[in-house]
Amino acid sequence: MEIRIDRERCLGAGMCALTAPEVFDQDTEGGRVLLLDTDPPPARSLAIRRAAYACPSGAITVTEPRPASGEPAELRGHHIRASETFDCQ
Amino acid sequence: MQHEPSTNSPEQAAQEAVVLPIQRPEGCPFDPPAELAELRERQPLTRLRYPDGHLGWLATGHSTVRAIAADTRFSSRYELMHYPFPGTEDLEIPPATVGDLTGMDQPEHTRYRRLLAGKFTVRRMRALTARVEQITAEHLDAMERQGPTVDLVRAFAHPVPALMICELLGVPEVRRADFMERAAAISAPESTLDEQIAALAGLGDFFRDLISDKRAHPTDDVLSDLTTSELTDEELAGIAGFLLAAGLDTTANMIGLGTFALLSHPEQAAALRADPGLADQAVEELLRYLTITPTGVRAALEDVEVDGQLIRIGESVTISIQAANRDPARFDDPDTLDIHRKATGHLAFGHGIHQCLGQQLARVEMRVALPALFTRFPTLRLAVPPEEVPLRTDMNIYGVHRLPVTWGEE
Ligand code: SF4
Repeated sequence: MEIRIDRERCLGAGMCALTAPEVFDQDTEGGRVLLLDTDPPPARSLAIRRAAYACPSGAITVTEPRPASGEPAELRGHHIRASETFDCQ
Repeated sequence: MQHEPSTNSPEQAAQEAVVLPIQRPEGCPFDPPAELAELRERQPLTRLRYPDGHLGWLATGHSTVRAIAADTRFSSRYELMHYPFPGTEDLEIPPATVGDLTGMDQPEHTRYRRLLAGKFTVRRMRALTARVEQITAEHLDAMERQGPTVDLVRAFAHPVPALMICELLGVPEVRRADFMERAAAISAPESTLDEQIAALAGLGDFFRDLISDKRAHPTDDVLSDLTTSELTDEELAGIAGFLLAAGLDTTANMIGLGTFALLSHPEQAAALRADPGLADQAVEELLRYLTITPTGVRAALEDVEVDGQLIRIGESVTISIQAANRDPARFDDPDTLDIHRKATGHLAFGHGIHQCLGQQLARVEMRVALPALFTRFPTLRLAVPPEEVPLRTDMNIYGVHRLPVTWGEE
Protein backbone atom coordinates (compact mmCIF):
# COMPACT_ATOMS: atom_id res chain seq x y z
CA MET A 1 0.00 0.00 0.00
CA GLU A 2 1.36 3.37 -0.98
CA ILE A 3 0.37 6.37 1.11
CA ARG A 4 0.78 9.97 0.03
CA ILE A 5 0.00 12.99 2.14
CA ASP A 6 -0.51 16.53 0.96
CA ARG A 7 0.46 18.84 3.77
CA GLU A 8 -0.71 21.86 1.77
CA ARG A 9 -4.29 20.58 1.76
CA CYS A 10 -4.15 19.37 5.34
CA LEU A 11 -6.19 21.40 7.82
CA GLY A 12 -5.02 19.66 10.94
CA ALA A 13 -8.43 18.23 11.81
CA GLY A 14 -6.72 15.14 13.18
CA MET A 15 -9.10 12.52 11.83
CA CYS A 16 -6.09 10.60 10.56
CA ALA A 17 -4.32 10.54 13.93
CA LEU A 18 -7.58 9.54 15.57
CA THR A 19 -8.34 6.76 13.10
CA ALA A 20 -4.89 5.26 12.48
CA PRO A 21 -2.61 6.55 15.24
CA GLU A 22 0.15 4.05 14.41
CA VAL A 23 0.51 5.57 10.97
CA PHE A 24 -0.43 9.24 11.28
CA ASP A 25 0.37 11.98 13.74
CA GLN A 26 0.10 15.77 13.69
CA ASP A 27 2.92 18.25 14.04
CA THR A 28 2.76 20.70 16.90
CA GLU A 29 3.03 23.79 14.71
CA GLY A 30 -0.09 23.78 12.54
CA GLY A 31 -1.38 20.35 13.53
CA ARG A 32 -0.59 19.14 10.04
CA VAL A 33 -0.38 15.48 9.19
CA LEU A 34 2.85 13.51 9.67
CA LEU A 35 3.38 10.09 8.14
CA LEU A 36 4.92 7.88 10.82
CA ASP A 37 5.12 4.68 8.83
CA THR A 38 5.69 4.74 5.08
CA ASP A 39 5.43 0.98 4.74
CA PRO A 40 2.76 -0.19 7.14
CA PRO A 41 1.89 -3.87 7.42
CA PRO A 42 -1.20 -5.06 5.50
CA ALA A 43 -3.07 -5.46 8.76
CA ARG A 44 -3.23 -1.66 9.01
CA SER A 45 -4.64 -1.10 5.56
CA LEU A 46 -8.31 -0.91 6.58
CA ALA A 47 -7.53 1.64 9.27
CA ILE A 48 -5.49 3.65 6.77
CA ARG A 49 -8.26 3.62 4.20
CA ARG A 50 -10.66 4.74 6.90
CA ALA A 51 -8.32 7.57 7.80
CA ALA A 52 -8.16 8.68 4.16
CA TYR A 53 -11.95 8.52 3.98
CA ALA A 54 -12.36 10.47 7.19
CA CYS A 55 -9.89 13.22 6.30
CA PRO A 56 -12.08 16.26 5.67
CA SER A 57 -9.66 17.95 3.30
CA GLY A 58 -8.72 15.07 1.04
CA ALA A 59 -5.08 15.27 2.08
CA ILE A 60 -4.42 11.53 2.17
CA THR A 61 -4.18 9.34 -0.92
CA VAL A 62 -3.68 5.60 -0.74
CA THR A 63 -2.91 3.27 -3.61
CA GLU A 64 -3.26 -0.45 -3.29
CA PRO A 65 -4.29 -3.39 -5.42
CA ARG A 66 -8.00 -4.03 -5.42
CA PRO A 67 -8.70 -7.29 -3.70
CA ALA A 68 -10.71 -8.74 -6.58
CA SER A 69 -8.78 -7.81 -9.68
CA GLY A 70 -5.34 -7.01 -8.35
CA GLU A 71 -5.50 -3.74 -10.33
CA PRO A 72 -4.03 -0.82 -8.41
CA ALA A 73 -6.64 1.65 -7.29
CA GLU A 74 -5.95 5.15 -6.14
CA LEU A 75 -8.20 6.32 -3.37
CA ARG A 76 -8.09 9.94 -2.50
CA GLY A 77 -9.70 11.52 0.49
CA HIS A 78 -13.34 12.29 0.03
CA HIS A 79 -13.56 10.51 -3.30
CA ILE A 80 -13.38 7.23 -1.46
CA ARG A 81 -16.75 5.59 -1.20
CA ALA A 82 -17.88 4.28 2.15
CA SER A 83 -18.24 0.80 0.64
CA GLU A 84 -14.50 0.72 -0.04
CA THR A 85 -13.68 1.68 3.48
CA PHE A 86 -16.02 -0.01 5.87
CA ASP A 87 -16.66 -3.70 6.00
CA CYS A 88 -20.23 -3.17 7.10
CA GLN A 89 -21.70 -1.79 3.87
CA MET B 1 -19.31 7.52 -18.75
CA GLN B 2 -20.14 11.06 -19.79
CA HIS B 3 -23.66 12.28 -19.53
CA GLU B 4 -25.40 15.60 -19.37
CA PRO B 5 -26.64 16.69 -15.96
CA SER B 6 -30.39 16.92 -15.95
CA THR B 7 -31.74 20.43 -15.99
CA ASN B 8 -35.37 21.07 -15.46
CA SER B 9 -37.27 24.05 -16.70
CA PRO B 10 -37.72 26.71 -14.03
CA GLU B 11 -41.46 25.96 -13.95
CA GLN B 12 -40.82 22.28 -13.41
CA ALA B 13 -38.25 22.99 -10.73
CA ALA B 14 -40.59 25.36 -8.92
CA GLN B 15 -43.30 22.76 -9.04
CA GLU B 16 -41.09 20.05 -7.57
CA ALA B 17 -39.73 22.25 -4.80
CA VAL B 18 -40.43 21.38 -1.18
CA VAL B 19 -40.03 23.48 1.96
CA LEU B 20 -37.62 22.39 4.66
CA PRO B 21 -39.33 20.03 7.10
CA ILE B 22 -38.60 21.17 10.65
CA GLN B 23 -41.28 19.54 12.78
CA ARG B 24 -39.86 16.66 14.78
CA PRO B 25 -42.18 13.71 15.26
CA GLU B 26 -44.56 13.93 18.19
CA GLY B 27 -43.31 11.98 21.18
CA CYS B 28 -39.71 11.36 20.09
CA PRO B 29 -37.25 14.09 21.05
CA PHE B 30 -34.36 12.39 19.22
CA ASP B 31 -35.68 11.73 15.72
CA PRO B 32 -35.41 14.16 12.80
CA PRO B 33 -38.58 15.27 11.01
CA ALA B 34 -40.11 12.21 9.32
CA GLU B 35 -40.46 13.93 5.94
CA LEU B 36 -36.68 14.11 5.66
CA ALA B 37 -36.51 10.32 5.40
CA GLU B 38 -39.14 10.31 2.65
CA LEU B 39 -37.24 12.94 0.71
CA ARG B 40 -33.95 11.13 1.14
CA GLU B 41 -35.48 7.98 -0.24
CA ARG B 42 -37.11 9.67 -3.19
CA GLN B 43 -34.31 12.03 -4.16
CA PRO B 44 -31.29 12.74 -1.94
CA LEU B 45 -30.82 16.06 -3.71
CA THR B 46 -34.06 17.91 -4.26
CA ARG B 47 -35.29 21.43 -5.07
CA LEU B 48 -36.00 23.52 -2.01
CA ARG B 49 -38.17 26.60 -1.77
CA TYR B 50 -36.61 29.08 0.69
CA PRO B 51 -38.84 31.36 2.78
CA ASP B 52 -37.57 34.44 0.88
CA GLY B 53 -38.74 32.87 -2.40
CA HIS B 54 -35.31 31.65 -3.50
CA LEU B 55 -35.34 28.35 -5.38
CA GLY B 56 -32.38 26.30 -4.20
CA TRP B 57 -31.62 22.78 -3.08
CA LEU B 58 -31.84 20.38 -0.17
CA ALA B 59 -29.40 17.48 0.27
CA THR B 60 -30.45 14.61 2.53
CA GLY B 61 -28.33 11.59 1.49
CA HIS B 62 -25.10 10.80 3.32
CA SER B 63 -22.84 10.67 0.27
CA THR B 64 -24.50 13.77 -1.24
CA VAL B 65 -24.15 15.84 1.92
CA ARG B 66 -20.56 14.67 2.33
CA ALA B 67 -19.67 15.54 -1.26
CA ILE B 68 -21.15 19.03 -1.01
CA ALA B 69 -19.51 19.77 2.35
CA ALA B 70 -16.13 18.73 0.95
CA ASP B 71 -16.44 20.79 -2.23
CA THR B 72 -14.90 24.27 -2.03
CA ARG B 73 -16.97 25.37 -5.03
CA PHE B 74 -19.67 25.79 -2.41
CA SER B 75 -19.16 28.85 -0.25
CA SER B 76 -19.76 29.19 3.47
CA ARG B 77 -19.97 32.98 3.39
CA TYR B 78 -23.11 33.99 5.23
CA GLU B 79 -23.85 36.95 2.98
CA LEU B 80 -24.15 34.68 -0.06
CA MET B 81 -26.73 32.43 1.56
CA HIS B 82 -30.45 32.16 1.65
CA TYR B 83 -31.66 30.59 4.87
CA PRO B 84 -34.14 27.72 4.79
CA PHE B 85 -35.68 28.46 8.20
CA PRO B 86 -39.10 30.12 8.46
CA GLY B 87 -39.01 33.64 9.82
CA THR B 88 -35.78 34.53 8.01
CA GLU B 89 -37.38 35.94 4.88
CA ASP B 90 -36.58 39.58 5.63
CA LEU B 91 -33.23 38.93 7.23
CA GLU B 92 -30.24 40.79 5.80
CA ILE B 93 -27.47 38.34 6.55
CA PRO B 94 -24.24 40.20 7.34
CA PRO B 95 -20.82 38.73 6.54
CA ALA B 96 -18.91 36.86 9.25
CA THR B 97 -17.47 39.07 11.97
CA VAL B 98 -13.72 39.08 12.58
CA GLY B 99 -12.57 35.69 13.81
CA ASP B 100 -15.74 33.80 12.90
CA LEU B 101 -14.24 31.04 10.77
CA THR B 102 -17.55 29.36 10.06
CA GLY B 103 -18.64 32.08 7.67
CA MET B 104 -15.41 32.37 5.69
CA ASP B 105 -13.98 30.76 2.56
CA GLN B 106 -10.39 30.15 1.52
CA PRO B 107 -7.97 31.88 1.81
CA GLU B 108 -9.16 33.89 4.89
CA HIS B 109 -10.47 30.73 6.48
CA THR B 110 -7.24 28.83 5.80
CA ARG B 111 -5.14 31.51 7.42
CA TYR B 112 -7.06 31.38 10.71
CA ARG B 113 -7.53 27.65 10.63
CA ARG B 114 -3.79 27.04 10.21
CA LEU B 115 -3.01 29.31 13.14
CA LEU B 116 -5.50 27.48 15.33
CA ALA B 117 -5.25 23.85 14.23
CA GLY B 118 -1.94 23.17 15.96
CA LYS B 119 -3.55 24.09 19.29
CA PHE B 120 -6.34 21.52 18.84
CA THR B 121 -4.52 18.37 17.78
CA VAL B 122 -5.59 14.93 18.95
CA ARG B 123 -2.47 14.80 21.12
CA ARG B 124 -2.96 18.19 22.77
CA MET B 125 -6.59 17.53 23.48
CA ARG B 126 -5.87 14.11 24.96
CA ALA B 127 -3.34 15.79 27.22
CA LEU B 128 -6.28 17.69 28.69
CA THR B 129 -7.99 14.47 29.76
CA ALA B 130 -6.75 14.70 33.36
CA ARG B 131 -8.18 18.23 33.66
CA VAL B 132 -11.51 17.13 32.23
CA GLU B 133 -11.58 14.25 34.70
CA GLN B 134 -10.88 16.56 37.59
CA ILE B 135 -13.51 19.11 36.59
CA THR B 136 -16.01 16.32 35.96
CA ALA B 137 -15.38 14.78 39.38
CA GLU B 138 -15.73 18.15 41.12
CA HIS B 139 -19.09 18.76 39.48
CA LEU B 140 -20.36 15.27 40.25
CA ASP B 141 -19.37 15.84 43.90
CA ALA B 142 -21.25 19.12 43.93
CA MET B 143 -24.26 17.46 42.33
CA GLU B 144 -24.27 14.80 45.01
CA ARG B 145 -24.22 17.44 47.77
CA GLN B 146 -26.94 19.45 46.09
CA GLY B 147 -29.19 16.49 45.12
CA PRO B 148 -30.96 14.19 44.84
CA THR B 149 -32.81 16.31 42.29
CA VAL B 150 -30.90 18.73 40.09
CA ASP B 151 -31.06 20.32 36.67
CA LEU B 152 -28.30 18.40 34.93
CA VAL B 153 -27.73 21.18 32.39
CA ARG B 154 -26.96 23.77 35.03
CA ALA B 155 -25.12 21.43 37.39
CA PHE B 156 -23.03 19.49 34.90
CA ALA B 157 -23.61 19.67 31.13
CA HIS B 158 -22.99 23.42 30.86
CA PRO B 159 -20.24 24.12 33.41
CA VAL B 160 -17.88 21.29 32.39
CA PRO B 161 -17.33 22.49 28.79
CA ALA B 162 -17.42 26.13 29.95
CA LEU B 163 -14.57 25.48 32.36
CA MET B 164 -12.61 23.67 29.67
CA ILE B 165 -12.90 26.79 27.52
CA CYS B 166 -11.56 28.76 30.51
CA GLU B 167 -8.61 26.36 30.55
CA LEU B 168 -7.97 26.77 26.84
CA LEU B 169 -8.22 30.54 26.93
CA GLY B 170 -6.35 30.76 30.20
CA VAL B 171 -9.07 32.61 32.11
CA PRO B 172 -7.57 33.02 35.60
CA GLU B 173 -9.35 31.41 38.59
CA VAL B 174 -10.55 34.70 40.03
CA ARG B 175 -12.30 35.70 36.84
CA ARG B 176 -13.97 32.40 36.07
CA ALA B 177 -17.21 33.01 37.94
CA ASP B 178 -17.63 36.28 36.05
CA PHE B 179 -16.88 34.54 32.75
CA MET B 180 -19.29 31.67 33.43
CA GLU B 181 -22.09 34.03 34.32
CA ARG B 182 -21.67 36.01 31.11
CA ALA B 183 -21.42 32.84 29.04
CA ALA B 184 -24.57 31.40 30.65
CA ALA B 185 -26.52 34.62 30.00
CA ILE B 186 -25.95 34.29 26.25
CA SER B 187 -27.63 30.93 25.91
CA ALA B 188 -30.08 31.00 28.83
CA PRO B 189 -33.64 30.39 27.63
CA GLU B 190 -34.95 33.16 29.89
CA SER B 191 -32.59 35.84 28.54
CA THR B 192 -34.22 38.43 26.33
CA LEU B 193 -32.55 39.40 23.06
CA ASP B 194 -31.34 42.64 24.68
CA GLU B 195 -29.82 40.75 27.56
CA GLN B 196 -28.10 38.41 25.14
CA ILE B 197 -26.66 41.30 23.15
CA ALA B 198 -25.49 42.98 26.35
CA ALA B 199 -23.87 39.75 27.54
CA LEU B 200 -22.10 39.39 24.19
CA ALA B 201 -20.78 42.95 24.34
CA GLY B 202 -19.64 42.35 27.92
CA LEU B 203 -17.77 39.26 26.81
CA GLY B 204 -16.04 41.28 24.09
CA ASP B 205 -14.68 43.62 26.77
CA PHE B 206 -13.77 40.65 28.93
CA PHE B 207 -11.73 39.11 26.10
CA ARG B 208 -9.97 42.37 25.22
CA ASP B 209 -8.90 42.67 28.87
CA LEU B 210 -7.78 39.10 28.96
CA ILE B 211 -5.74 39.50 25.77
CA SER B 212 -3.84 42.50 27.10
CA ASP B 213 -3.12 40.46 30.26
CA LYS B 214 -1.82 37.59 28.17
CA ARG B 215 0.38 39.88 26.11
CA ALA B 216 1.91 41.24 29.30
CA HIS B 217 2.06 37.96 31.26
CA PRO B 218 1.76 34.97 28.96
CA THR B 219 0.67 31.68 30.56
CA ASP B 220 0.42 28.15 29.22
CA ASP B 221 -2.76 28.31 27.14
CA VAL B 222 -4.04 28.71 23.59
CA LEU B 223 -4.73 32.42 23.89
CA SER B 224 -1.23 33.24 25.22
CA ASP B 225 0.24 31.12 22.41
CA LEU B 226 -1.76 33.03 19.85
CA THR B 227 -0.58 36.41 21.11
CA THR B 228 2.84 35.57 19.66
CA SER B 229 1.30 35.08 16.18
CA GLU B 230 0.56 37.84 13.69
CA LEU B 231 -3.03 38.18 14.91
CA THR B 232 -4.23 41.59 16.04
CA ASP B 233 -6.08 42.14 19.32
CA GLU B 234 -9.31 42.52 17.43
CA GLU B 235 -8.76 39.22 15.65
CA LEU B 236 -7.83 37.52 18.90
CA ALA B 237 -10.96 38.77 20.63
CA GLY B 238 -13.02 37.58 17.66
CA ILE B 239 -11.38 34.17 17.79
CA ALA B 240 -11.93 33.88 21.54
CA GLY B 241 -15.62 34.61 20.97
CA PHE B 242 -15.73 32.10 18.13
CA LEU B 243 -14.14 29.41 20.31
CA LEU B 244 -16.65 30.07 23.06
CA ALA B 245 -19.61 30.06 20.68
CA ALA B 246 -18.39 26.91 18.94
CA GLY B 247 -17.35 24.99 22.02
CA LEU B 248 -19.91 25.71 24.66
CA ASP B 249 -23.51 25.14 23.59
CA THR B 250 -22.46 22.30 21.32
CA THR B 251 -20.73 20.15 23.91
CA ALA B 252 -23.13 21.19 26.66
CA ASN B 253 -26.06 20.01 24.58
CA MET B 254 -24.35 16.80 23.57
CA ILE B 255 -23.89 16.01 27.26
CA GLY B 256 -27.42 17.13 28.18
CA LEU B 257 -29.26 15.52 25.26
CA GLY B 258 -26.89 12.54 25.30
CA THR B 259 -27.80 11.88 28.93
CA PHE B 260 -31.50 12.21 28.06
CA ALA B 261 -31.05 9.71 25.22
CA LEU B 262 -29.23 7.22 27.43
CA LEU B 263 -31.86 7.56 30.16
CA SER B 264 -34.52 6.87 27.55
CA HIS B 265 -32.64 3.77 26.37
CA PRO B 266 -31.81 2.12 29.71
CA GLU B 267 -30.26 -0.96 28.06
CA GLN B 268 -27.73 1.33 26.33
CA ALA B 269 -26.94 3.14 29.59
CA ALA B 270 -26.49 -0.24 31.28
CA ALA B 271 -24.09 -1.39 28.56
CA LEU B 272 -21.99 1.74 28.97
CA ARG B 273 -21.97 1.38 32.74
CA ALA B 274 -20.94 -2.26 32.50
CA ASP B 275 -18.12 -1.53 30.08
CA PRO B 276 -16.67 2.00 30.20
CA GLY B 277 -14.37 0.80 27.38
CA LEU B 278 -17.38 1.43 25.12
CA ALA B 279 -17.12 5.16 25.77
CA ASP B 280 -15.38 6.05 22.49
CA GLN B 281 -17.93 4.20 20.43
CA ALA B 282 -20.83 5.46 22.49
CA VAL B 283 -19.73 9.05 21.93
CA GLU B 284 -19.55 8.58 18.14
CA GLU B 285 -22.94 6.90 18.12
CA LEU B 286 -24.55 9.65 20.21
CA LEU B 287 -23.03 12.25 17.89
CA ARG B 288 -24.54 10.44 14.91
CA TYR B 289 -27.90 9.64 16.44
CA LEU B 290 -28.53 13.07 17.95
CA THR B 291 -26.85 15.35 15.38
CA ILE B 292 -27.39 18.49 17.43
CA THR B 293 -26.32 20.75 14.56
CA PRO B 294 -28.97 19.40 12.22
CA THR B 295 -28.66 21.73 9.25
CA GLY B 296 -25.97 23.57 7.29
CA VAL B 297 -26.14 25.90 4.30
CA ARG B 298 -23.77 26.53 1.38
CA ALA B 299 -23.97 28.72 -1.72
CA ALA B 300 -22.66 27.66 -5.15
CA LEU B 301 -19.79 29.84 -6.39
CA GLU B 302 -20.09 28.32 -9.88
CA ASP B 303 -22.26 25.78 -11.68
CA VAL B 304 -21.62 22.41 -10.07
CA GLU B 305 -22.93 18.99 -11.03
CA VAL B 306 -23.96 16.87 -8.06
CA ASP B 307 -25.69 13.49 -8.33
CA GLY B 308 -26.37 14.16 -12.00
CA GLN B 309 -28.15 17.44 -11.33
CA LEU B 310 -26.91 20.91 -12.06
CA ILE B 311 -26.67 23.34 -9.17
CA ARG B 312 -26.30 26.80 -10.63
CA ILE B 313 -24.05 29.60 -9.48
CA GLY B 314 -25.67 31.58 -6.67
CA GLU B 315 -28.07 28.86 -5.60
CA SER B 316 -28.19 27.94 -1.92
CA VAL B 317 -27.87 24.34 -0.87
CA THR B 318 -29.16 23.24 2.51
CA ILE B 319 -27.33 20.18 3.80
CA SER B 320 -29.39 18.16 6.22
CA ILE B 321 -26.77 16.60 8.42
CA GLN B 322 -29.40 14.95 10.57
CA ALA B 323 -30.89 13.24 7.51
CA ALA B 324 -27.43 12.17 6.31
CA ASN B 325 -26.60 10.64 9.66
CA ARG B 326 -29.79 8.55 9.50
CA ASP B 327 -29.21 7.36 5.93
CA PRO B 328 -29.85 3.59 5.75
CA ALA B 329 -27.49 3.44 2.75
CA ARG B 330 -24.70 4.31 5.14
CA PHE B 331 -25.76 3.03 8.55
CA ASP B 332 -27.66 -0.19 9.18
CA ASP B 333 -30.88 0.34 11.09
CA PRO B 334 -30.08 4.06 11.36
CA ASP B 335 -32.94 5.07 13.64
CA THR B 336 -31.78 2.79 16.43
CA LEU B 337 -29.40 4.08 19.08
CA ASP B 338 -26.80 1.35 19.41
CA ILE B 339 -23.58 2.16 21.21
CA HIS B 340 -22.09 -1.11 20.01
CA ARG B 341 -22.07 0.02 16.41
CA LYS B 342 -19.13 1.73 14.74
CA ALA B 343 -20.61 5.09 13.87
CA THR B 344 -17.40 6.62 12.53
CA GLY B 345 -18.00 8.40 9.27
CA HIS B 346 -20.97 10.31 10.68
CA LEU B 347 -21.13 13.95 9.70
CA ALA B 348 -22.02 15.46 13.06
CA PHE B 349 -18.84 17.55 13.02
CA GLY B 350 -19.35 18.38 9.36
CA HIS B 351 -16.94 17.52 6.58
CA GLY B 352 -14.55 19.45 4.37
CA ILE B 353 -12.54 22.48 5.39
CA HIS B 354 -15.07 23.61 7.97
CA GLN B 355 -15.11 20.35 9.86
CA CYS B 356 -15.24 21.21 13.55
CA LEU B 357 -11.93 22.57 14.84
CA GLY B 358 -12.73 21.59 18.41
CA GLN B 359 -13.95 18.07 17.71
CA GLN B 360 -11.07 16.37 19.49
CA LEU B 361 -11.75 18.42 22.62
CA ALA B 362 -15.46 17.68 22.39
CA ARG B 363 -14.67 13.96 22.13
CA VAL B 364 -12.45 14.05 25.20
CA GLU B 365 -15.10 15.93 27.20
CA MET B 366 -17.91 13.56 26.29
CA ARG B 367 -15.79 10.47 26.67
CA VAL B 368 -14.97 11.46 30.22
CA ALA B 369 -18.21 13.11 31.33
CA LEU B 370 -20.84 10.58 30.22
CA PRO B 371 -19.39 7.36 31.68
CA ALA B 372 -18.41 9.20 34.88
CA LEU B 373 -21.95 10.48 35.33
CA PHE B 374 -23.55 7.07 34.81
CA THR B 375 -21.05 5.28 37.02
CA ARG B 376 -21.34 7.79 39.84
CA PHE B 377 -25.14 7.70 39.83
CA PRO B 378 -26.19 4.14 38.91
CA THR B 379 -29.82 4.97 39.65
CA LEU B 380 -29.85 8.20 37.64
CA ARG B 381 -33.28 8.86 36.10
CA LEU B 382 -35.49 11.69 34.89
CA ALA B 383 -37.24 13.62 37.65
CA VAL B 384 -40.11 14.61 35.32
CA PRO B 385 -42.02 12.73 32.62
CA PRO B 386 -39.96 12.77 29.39
CA GLU B 387 -42.53 14.93 27.57
CA GLU B 388 -41.95 17.70 30.12
CA VAL B 389 -38.25 18.10 29.30
CA PRO B 390 -38.00 21.47 27.53
CA LEU B 391 -36.41 20.94 24.10
CA ARG B 392 -34.39 23.49 22.16
CA THR B 393 -36.58 23.15 19.07
CA ASP B 394 -36.14 26.83 18.27
CA MET B 395 -32.35 26.91 18.34
CA ASN B 396 -29.60 26.33 15.78
CA ILE B 397 -28.12 23.86 18.18
CA TYR B 398 -30.60 21.27 19.30
CA GLY B 399 -30.70 19.90 22.83
CA VAL B 400 -32.47 20.41 26.14
CA HIS B 401 -32.94 23.69 28.00
CA ARG B 402 -33.12 21.81 31.29
CA LEU B 403 -32.87 18.18 32.30
CA PRO B 404 -34.27 17.53 35.79
CA VAL B 405 -32.72 14.31 37.07
CA THR B 406 -32.78 12.43 40.32
CA TRP B 407 -31.20 9.32 41.86
CA GLY B 408 -31.32 7.03 44.90
CA GLU B 409 -34.27 4.97 46.17
CA GLU B 410 -37.53 5.36 44.23
S1 SF4 C 1 -7.31 14.15 8.74
FE1 SF4 C 1 -6.62 15.22 6.92
S2 SF4 C 1 -6.78 17.36 7.43
FE2 SF4 C 1 -6.88 16.23 9.32
S3 SF4 C 1 -4.80 16.21 10.09
FE3 SF4 C 1 -5.12 14.34 8.96
S4 SF4 C 1 -4.47 14.84 6.90
FE4 SF4 C 1 -4.72 16.76 7.93
